[in-house]
Amino acid sequence: MSATPNVMRVTYREAIRQAIREALMKDERTFLMGEDVGRYGGAFAVSKGLLEEFGPERIMDTPLSESGFVGAGIGAAMGGMRPIVEVMTVNFSLLALDQIANNAATLLHMTGGQVNVPVVIRMSSGIGRQLAAQHSHSWEPLFAHIPGLKVLSVGTHEDARGMLLTALLDPDPVILFEYTSMLNLEAEIPSGSGAIDITRAKVRRQGKDISLITYGAGVYKALEAAAELASAGIDTEVVDLRVLRPLDEDAIAASVSKTHRALIVEDAWRSVSISSEISARIMERSFYDLDAPVRRLCGLEVPIPYPKHLEDASIPQQQQIVSAIRNIFQHD
Amino acid sequence: MQQEVLNNKDIAVTREQGKRLLHQMILIRRFEEKAAELYTKGKIRGFLHLYIGEEAVAVGVMNALTPEDNVLCTYREHGQALARGVDPGAIMAEMYGKQEGCSHGRGGSMHLFDTKSRFYGGNAIVAGHLPLAVGLALSDKKMKRNRITCCFFGEGAAAEGEFHEAMNLAALWKVPLLFVCENNQYAMGTAIRYTHAVTDLEKRGPGYGITTASADGMDAIAMLTAATHAADQVRKTGLPYFLVCNTYRFRAHSMFDAELYREKSEVEEWKKRDPIMLLSAFLKDKKFLMDTDLKEEESLVETQVQNAVAFAEAGTWEPLETLTKFVYSEKE
Amino acid sequence: MIEFRMPSLGADMESGFLREWRVKPGDPIKRGDIIAEVETQKGIIEIEVFDEGTIGELLIKIDEKVPVGALMAYIIANGTSPEPSKPKLIDEKKETEQGRTRDRIPAPRIPIHTVKASPLAKRIALEKGIDITKLKGSGPNGAITRQDVEKASTGEGEMTAEKAKPAASAASIRLAVAAAMSKSNREIPHYYLSTKIDMSRALGWLTDANKQRSVKDRLLPVVLLLKAVAKALVTVPDLNAWWQDGLQRKTEIHIGFVVALRTGGIIVPAIHDAANKTLDDLMKSLTDIIPRARALRLRSSELADSTITVTNLGEEGVETVFGVIYPPQVALVGFGGIQEQPWAEKGMLDVRPVLTATLAADHRATDGSTGTQFLTALKNFLQNPEQL
Repeated sequence: MSATPNVMRVTYREAIRQAIREALMKDERTFLMGEDVGRYGGAFAVSKGLLEEFGPERIMDTPLSESGFVGAGIGAAMGGMRPIVEVMTVNFSLLALDQIANNAATLLHMTGGQVNVPVVIRMSSGIGRQLAAQHSHSWEPLFAHIPGLKVLSVGTHEDARGMLLTALLDPDPVILFEYTSMLNLEAEIPSGSGAIDITRAKVRRQGKDISLITYGAGVYKALEAAAELASAGIDTEVVDLRVLRPLDEDAIAASVSKTHRALIVEDAWRSVSISSEISARIMERSFYDLDAPVRRLCGLEVPIPYPKHLEDASIPQQQQIVSAIRNIFQHD
Repeated sequence: MQQEVLNNKDIAVTREQGKRLLHQMILIRRFEEKAAELYTKGKIRGFLHLYIGEEAVAVGVMNALTPEDNVLCTYREHGQALARGVDPGAIMAEMYGKQEGCSHGRGGSMHLFDTKSRFYGGNAIVAGHLPLAVGLALSDKKMKRNRITCCFFGEGAAAEGEFHEAMNLAALWKVPLLFVCENNQYAMGTAIRYTHAVTDLEKRGPGYGITTASADGMDAIAMLTAATHAADQVRKTGLPYFLVCNTYRFRAHSMFDAELYREKSEVEEWKKRDPIMLLSAFLKDKKFLMDTDLKEEESLVETQVQNAVAFAEAGTWEPLETLTKFVYSEKE
Repeated sequence: MIEFRMPSLGADMESGFLREWRVKPGDPIKRGDIIAEVETQKGIIEIEVFDEGTIGELLIKIDEKVPVGALMAYIIANGTSPEPSKPKLIDEKKETEQGRTRDRIPAPRIPIHTVKASPLAKRIALEKGIDITKLKGSGPNGAITRQDVEKASTGEGEMTAEKAKPAASAASIRLAVAAAMSKSNREIPHYYLSTKIDMSRALGWLTDANKQRSVKDRLLPVVLLLKAVAKALVTVPDLNAWWQDGLQRKTEIHIGFVVALRTGGIIVPAIHDAANKTLDDLMKSLTDIIPRARALRLRSSELADSTITVTNLGEEGVETVFGVIYPPQVALVGFGGIQEQPWAEKGMLDVRPVLTATLAADHRATDGSTGTQFLTALKNFLQNPEQL
């Protein structure tokens, strides 16, 4: 029960489902396809109830043919549809990488602007449910490497509710990373929430001492770390990248020029990652604004192990963020 | 859903039809011979895969389609593009890399695209375009457009997972898609007997519940007959159809190929059934063609090819300033 | 393994003699520690390190002559182990070559790139004209941060300790002067301007001013000259500069004041920030620095910082001075003695105390018009002493 009438309390899952529903209602050209999205209700129950509401033409169960149905989604987009293709988890996306990298990403350029691919590909991602190495990938850097794609990371409920809708209006292929670990998390969003900008990063918390730059599952962790640091007198600015390609370099530079320090946090492996890229951009553009070396907290470079304590130790946790920032300020 | 046995005499070919097929085949032959020459002079670079020997397939199938239908091809697609009616000058300019090319010079020989004639490439990842074809056909079905999609691929692609995924999806989703397999006996340099356990590819279709037929890919009339029947079936039922065309590539796989994998005598044997020779004989036999007509055709084609080369030569290079254009759509 | 090399302490420093190692292998060191004493033409200078770790190996023997840039010692960084010393021979070879190269291409006077400071701190230091090498860092690993620079700019900064050292022998001073003056004559295209200044008002004003002062606090005319030079430089800042890869204006005005040594030779200590010192402060500076200079007990900053030189040969009975610029400065102001001379003004002839002021300036850096502006301003201040 919501206290204020213009605010609603939703889970991350519910926010995504609302977005899919709104998209299906708004545009006849939109349909959802993917493994178990219909009769099963979605592997993570995101699309539960939608088959009953929209019918099998709009909610299409697919066989286990990632390359086939992702490619079909791309083809349908070429044919004028606005498909939402769900890849059950990011871990299976490599089976469709040929379609995404060789077709979706190249066609507009390779055809001299003749062929648009307005497809949206959603992938469930994230680490933290003891799923071991093959089901715990953070492939954001991999997709963010590819020109022609737009890569979004859904780090908040507001974005879960809004990003999909804007992505469907985009004439180019958009990859949406969603985070399984956040599905049950509740948060308040404005009840009128809907389509939202997908070109800019967003400062989730204003601060003047250090820029804590992150995305996806890192955003809430960062905000909690920032709250803890505030009580220690460190005023942390939390920058949610949101768009991993093309990067909002202006937002990063603006924050660093204010705080003069940066810590980048991500679950993905450290080498050749989003944080490597951000760090390089800061060096290229904001070097003379830096009052301390850029620091990073990334996933440990191991295949993610099964036991809980090892899994937890493989990715940055709130306490590590707090102590990393404390260390930056404690050196006297 | 089973294999159909087709009869050449199913179709009554008119004089005009016959002469159009012949004209297109001679155009393809001379155009490609010119392309090979220009390649050796360095005017054309990259990969150049010639279609010579297989012309009957392209002209037979293209003449069974309407201008509204979608066409997707492999990287050996000059023949299909010419038969589809893409301007020879724009094709040659594309091979030169000039911005007047049909893909703005961005694609080259392997990526001829022309959305005006619904010609969707020019796809250079073997079997990568099969899922796209499924998607295009799916969009037509969903949008209730009276259109079929025709997808060419080689027998090499039939070994790829995407072939199997696409066949299954097309049959499962009941989309109007004509699969045209050009079995030219070699996947690059490896004969079909070394790449497929079952070399009768027409046995694959029924396994997916797709009606299948095979045709003599050296005989333009047989191809026209088979393709017309196949396209009609797809149009009538809205279901996929699998047409296997047995043919032969007279020239090397690409320009840089020593042809170590086949005997000269085998090539000579197939050349005895040169598709242009066969069609000329057929038309002469029908009294549709005189020797003087043939000479006239040749000189007409020569002019067309010369004009295409002149157009390409006169074409311009894309300025570096627009290099990054079309990575993403421009805002309107 | 960190290489410790002979630092360049000035554009005209080519080498130095190692006089003392203050550390031995195995000693822990931190940034800012003094590890050696090196005798240069300008005296013995304490050499500090900018790294943390442990002394690995000392490669130079006492009293050895060491070219700028030459490898002097290895420092083992914290958390690493000493590397095998095999490749050292090759290193040393390379070293001497580099040393020679440096002889020809003088290292920047402020070796800012070797200072551990944040890019932002360096930027601000550059903007504010603060010599970052003099600051103590409070950041990670002792790095200088924005805060350190900002504190320094407001005078709160913690400077690294500088102890006065007994300076060089007369012979080495002669050599240093010789080297600097040769370099100047070789490289700097001088131009000279001079003007005569009526000092009657200035001397009158000074007599009045001294009436209120005790004997030991009395001002000498030279103080007026120094102050007038400083104030004139504020209006013509192009002469308060160094020529290093082009004109580099200096924000603060440090006047190098030529002190003749009784043993022969000269030494030129800097009077720091002369523009912002009162006449009394300037007087105090002079009374402090001249005896120390003559005793060769100057701080290295006093030897290295000057942004212009003033030479006052009035006491020697000279009328006009044609000076030689002290590189990398771009100007030298010379004063002759104040002598009574016939003076024509408004059609009347009079006898006045007259001073001849000369400017020697670097034509690469400025032109005659700049010099004229300067002398005019100088004259104006000396004729209106209440403005000083």
